[in-house]
Amino acid sequence: LSQPGMVEEYFEAHGSSKVLTSDRTLERLHTPKLDRETLVKLLGGKPSCYAKEIQQLHKKHQKHFSKWMLQLQLGFSVLVYGLGSKKNLLEDFRVSHLSQEIHLVVNGFFPSITLKSILNALTCEVLEHQGSFRTPSDQIQYITQTLKDIWDQFQQSQFNWLWWECVTFQHYTEETSYENSLLVQQTGALALSSLTHVLRSLTPNARGIFKLLVKFQLENKDNPSYTGLSFQDFYQRCREAFLVNSDLTLRTQLTEFRDHKLIRTRKGVDGVEYLLVAVDASTLMAFLENEDGN
Amino acid sequence: MSTSSVSKGCFVFKPSAKKKRTLSLEDHFTQGCEGAKNSETRFKLCQDLWDKIKAETEVLQDELYRKILDSLLDFTRKCSSTRQHSDWTSQMRASEIPTAALVLGVNVPDHDMTFQSLSELLQQSVSPFVASVQAKECGALKQLMKRVLERLMDTVVTVEDDDEEEEEAKQTSTQHPGRVHCSLGALCDWYSCQTKKSSNGTPGKKRSSPGGDGQQQPPVVIIFKDLEAFSPKVLQDFILICSRYIERLPLMFIFGIATSPSTIQHMLPHSVSSLLCIELFQSLTCTQHLAYSDRQGDIAVVETTSTGSGLLTDTWLILTHHFPFKLNAKVMQVLISIFLYHDFSVRNFIKGVQLALLEHFHSQPLSVLCCEKQEALRNATQLGCKDLERIRTLPSFKRYVEKQESQEQESLLRDDAHLKEVCQKLLKDLCKYHKNYYPTLRCLHALTSSVPRYPLGKQARELHLICMEKNVWENEEYQMAMKLLKMLAKDELMALLQKCANSLESVKSKEMKKARVRLRELLAKFQQMDAPEAPVEEPVTSPVRDLQKKTDLFQLQKTLLEMNESRRAKKLSPFELLRNEVLEFIDRITCPPPEAQTLYEVCYYSSSATVRRHLNATPRMSIQAALSSPYYYLQNESLKTEGGSVSSAAPDICIAYKLHLECGRLINLYDWLEAYATVVTSAEGADADGLGQVDEIKQYPFSAFVPSNQRHNPLERRGVPQ
Repeated sequence: LSQPGMVEEYFEAHGSSKVLTSDRTLERLHTPKLDRETLVKLLGGKPSCYAKEIQQLHKKHQKHFSKWMLQLQLGFSVLVYGLGSKKNLLEDFRVSHLSQEIHLVVNGFFPSITLKSILNALTCEVLEHQGSFRTPSDQIQYITQTLKDIWDQFQQSQFNWLWWECVTFQHYTEETSYENSLLVQQTGALALSSLTHVLRSLTPNARGIFKLLVKFQLENKDNPSYTGLSFQDFYQRCREAFLVNSDLTLRTQLTEFRDHKLIRTRKGVDGVEYLLVAVDASTLMAFLENEDGN
Repeated sequence: MSTSSVSKGCFVFKPSAKKKRTLSLEDHFTQGCEGAKNSETRFKLCQDLWDKIKAETEVLQDELYRKILDSLLDFTRKCSSTRQHSDWTSQMRASEIPTAALVLGVNVPDHDMTFQSLSELLQQSVSPFVASVQAKECGALKQLMKRVLERLMDTVVTVEDDDEEEEEAKQTSTQHPGRVHCSLGALCDWYSCQTKKSSNGTPGKKRSSPGGDGQQQPPVVIIFKDLEAFSPKVLQDFILICSRYIERLPLMFIFGIATSPSTIQHMLPHSVSSLLCIELFQSLTCTQHLAYSDRQGDIAVVETTSTGSGLLTDTWLILTHHFPFKLNAKVMQVLISIFLYHDFSVRNFIKGVQLALLEHFHSQPLSVLCCEKQEALRNATQLGCKDLERIRTLPSFKRYVEKQESQEQESLLRDDAHLKEVCQKLLKDLCKYHKNYYPTLRCLHALTSSVPRYPLGKQARELHLICMEKNVWENEEYQMAMKLLKMLAKDELMALLQKCANSLESVKSKEMKKARVRLRELLAKFQQMDAPEAPVEEPVTSPVRDLQKKTDLFQLQKTLLEMNESRRAKKLSPFELLRNEVLEFIDRITCPPPEAQTLYEVCYYSSSATVRRHLNATPRMSIQAALSSPYYYLQNESLKTEGGSVSSAAPDICIAYKLHLECGRLINLYDWLEAYATVVTSAEGADADGLGQVDEIKQYPFSAFVPSNQRHNPLERRGVPQ
């Protein structure tokens, strides 16, 4: 009774809302923001310490490759975990042991990867199936039918994971190249993942407003003279969908979108504000697909 | 071709057709396994054993589900037959959809097999029209409908493939199972067409079958594999639609439920559930399992129930000498605890056994001796000198050598031919030991499993674990159990002994035969005592009478003490004598743990850490360890530190992590960078202008570790308090 449990300790540590932080900002650094190229150049110039030990670790893991193959053939799936990028290791495995098999590499860190693109790669390129599928489950059914002699019912319904600890201490260079950092100047279009992250923190109505705009833009994506949705029009549509009840609320929402650089406004020739989503169409499409999936 | 690109995330690789040469399973086994010389044999042994285990478990699982399947089949037959009757009650019933709710337990991964065998059985004996659907493929009503129709029409096609008359009808129906006509009406038409055809086509067959009318209108069975995961709305709509067609289409549902039957009430409102005529089917109770394991001679079913919810799952342990491959106590403990505390899945348990089997044959060159007796003896004669060296280094063999005389020791360590001979003898001993071990284990289990408070465990596997760890008779619990057994009444004891004798029945070894005979004798003695016997007169003259005499105080005390003594050392009745004799006997036949046997390493897989690492890994621990003590992985002397602290020469990511830990919940990026720079400059003495750190922050892969204020946080911007 006298001894506080782990739970209580946790709340004691995290319970008080008063948090002391310093008010220093990044602006006070000598080199507050770098652009990507400079950063890459700087990082490239710095040799990694412990290269020898890291190489040793790599070699140690390599020894298990034939065991992985054995386990894979017996219907297990190998899952590697641990600190450090496993990309080099897996690439090594792929080149040395899989060169004789048909195989597919999926880069999970690639920001606009979707289930559909993976399945398409499987059906179109591996199984050489022409034509399209309506739903992913149809596609999966087709794949399992074609590969029936390879996977039996027992195995296909579950991953048979075997866990392998592979601590590599290698840099996550490629994996993080898609991540945004506050320290790097932002360029280019917003990535899909950051878009979803921002949207996820908004209210359902705000999300609805954004989706409305996205849908309208996608409908007109083949129209070269489309300059965006006028504010009045947009307001009307939002009202009809019961997403806002006044001019003001919509304006607040839009300001917020603008802050996150999700939308852009442009004055037309007639002096009316036109709204545009500043993200390319393919990302928007993927975004909508995701949203519907959830 | 590289796998990194800024425009693509998926890369397909196909080997060139010319030099296609895939390595077989065996090649992979041989590559990189220890002692490659006899790897071929080992691989074959491993495969054979695995095939055997797989086959046995399948048979066992089928047997276990047989009962529930049978009752389910009865139910479907009954339902399809009531439909034909015309009395009032069955008319009432006929407007409802018969539904079987199958409570299967939380081990969802295992259910697939159950449902597969169920639908096979249904197709064989009740109706060719069986469709099973899963929640994840039916998000909307339309999809559910489409799946059901597809499956039903497909099923029929496969079932009646040989029927040539049906060829045309089949083609018209399968060519466009189309989404356009995806309605129950279409199914009805198709069904009536099917049944008419089959009744016209095979009138003779119909009459010969027992349930003639039932056969004419076989029910259409739809299996919902995972009821919990279905969206209630879809399910409700589907049931409502189906109930409209029940006159024309003899539908029947089977719900697979993982938790409890009350889910049905949660998911379906009264208006819908009143359309169903639900009958509940529980999977096997534990008593049934017990009965089962008694009947089954050589494979004991170890049953475990999650008592709270009354759900039941089971694992199979191979407690038999027929399987040369064994798990030691620790590995068994790991597998059982993963089963009991994590997933309740039989399949994962079997997977663990498979992994252990593979690892054993892959990493232990002496596993070539882990097979049936004859084969093992044969393989022992073909051992190479390297293998013989390996035998000499086995701890159990060293122990054996130490016990021999010096001359014998000499020849064991020098003379290869002699070692081979001894090795054969030892293998025979090991085999004999196993033959005795399991029956005696079962015998002991029969006795102790009925003792109150179960000091040695309720199940055979618990006793097995205890027996494997150390000499069971040195165990405190064992002594307690024996004490409790000594208080048993006669008929209880006799029943237990009968059980013991039964468990010894099938064993074919000399010692066990002797033991059996002895046990039978003892039993017979007990039976003889059953005859009414005159209570034996106590020959001891009571010293009470002596008390009458006048004595001095000292004398009195002495007599009283004597009396007390004599009362305590009361003479044992013949029954009690016999009881002691029996227990002594049981005591004597109990076997020492396998690890005391010489060459036990050949058969026992003992690396529990490997099994745990591969089956139940702890990635967070690994990351934590790598970040906080990199020396563990990177063997560099400069990384060695005293407890807890991180050396400043550590990899950047470790330092960044350590600094992050030292901060509270919110971290100021500027301060963090400054702190990092301080650490690194102190280490290198070089300049750090805040560039090196950029690397670290950017590389930080675990967003969960990064406090929220560093991420691009929209809430904060709006000034919403968090």
